[in-house]
Amino acid sequence: MTIDWTNFTPWSSLAGGVLIGLATAMFLLLNGRIAGISGILGGLLQPTKGDIGWRVAFMAGLIFSPIAFSAAAPLPEVQINTGAASLIMAGLLVGIGTRYGSGCTSGHGVCGLSRLSPRSMVATALFILAGFVTVFITRHLIG
Amino acid sequence: MQVLMAFITGLIFGLGLILSGMTDPSKVIGFLDITGAWNPSLLFVMGGAILIAAIAFRFAKTRPKALLGDVMRLPTAHQIDKRLILGGLTFGVGWGLSGYCPGPALASLAIGGSKPLIFVVAMLVGMAIFEIHDRHSSAHKRKAGDFPE
Repeated sequence: MTIDWTNFTPWSSLAGGVLIGLATAMFLLLNGRIAGISGILGGLLQPTKGDIGWRVAFMAGLIFSPIAFSAAAPLPEVQINTGAASLIMAGLLVGIGTRYGSGCTSGHGVCGLSRLSPRSMVATALFILAGFVTVFITRHLIG
Repeated sequence: MQVLMAFITGLIFGLGLILSGMTDPSKVIGFLDITGAWNPSLLFVMGGAILIAAIAFRFAKTRPKALLGDVMRLPTAHQIDKRLILGGLTFGVGWGLSGYCPGPALASLAIGGSKPLIFVVAMLVGMAIFEIHDRHSSAHKRKAGDFPE
């Protein structure tokens, strides 16, 4: 293993992580809810009365965030080396998997690990492991 | 008020994702590429977020109600079952293929061109497939009052 020092951004990543933590803390303490992105979005596909407004508002804030960011600072550069077919396959798997597993990187990875939930520890370990194996296969074996 | 707070939370969450570099799929794939040039940045994102959130969760456990008056909805599920395991693995494969998980993909929609859009549409289709399948399998009905992650 070698470390990719050129693209390693410890300080901005830590600062961004703290912002994510603050958002999670605010949402929990003020609204009493878990800031799990897949759960908030998925709940819109099984709409219940009185349960739609806050979900739409959260999504609107998340989608609006790059516009707000770019008003204050230039957006970080982004590199997407994945073709459309792989993106479609990936999106399907992420959609199905996060709903079956009841969470993604935010719900299990941040919230679940923060409250030491064994369920979330298992889920997080498994999706990171599956990610390791997938990247090894796609970027080294066949890439 | 709850709706306004949800908007602000989503906004701050998204700003955090952008600042942290997680809206760049190549950085996420860099973290998952342990046999290549490994990029540990994601660990710092998780660390920073967990540090703050853990304090909030400790505080939340002692309170029956949230500050704006709603019930405190802490997840109640405990079972480590087939759904959790297969769901986690499936998500991980999609995450490794694209470098996108749901939050960063949504926070890239407005500025990222067609690629995040393709991913998000496919993700919504995936979630809809789950909904349709879940509605037909009565064996796994969620208990009322169960709060999911």
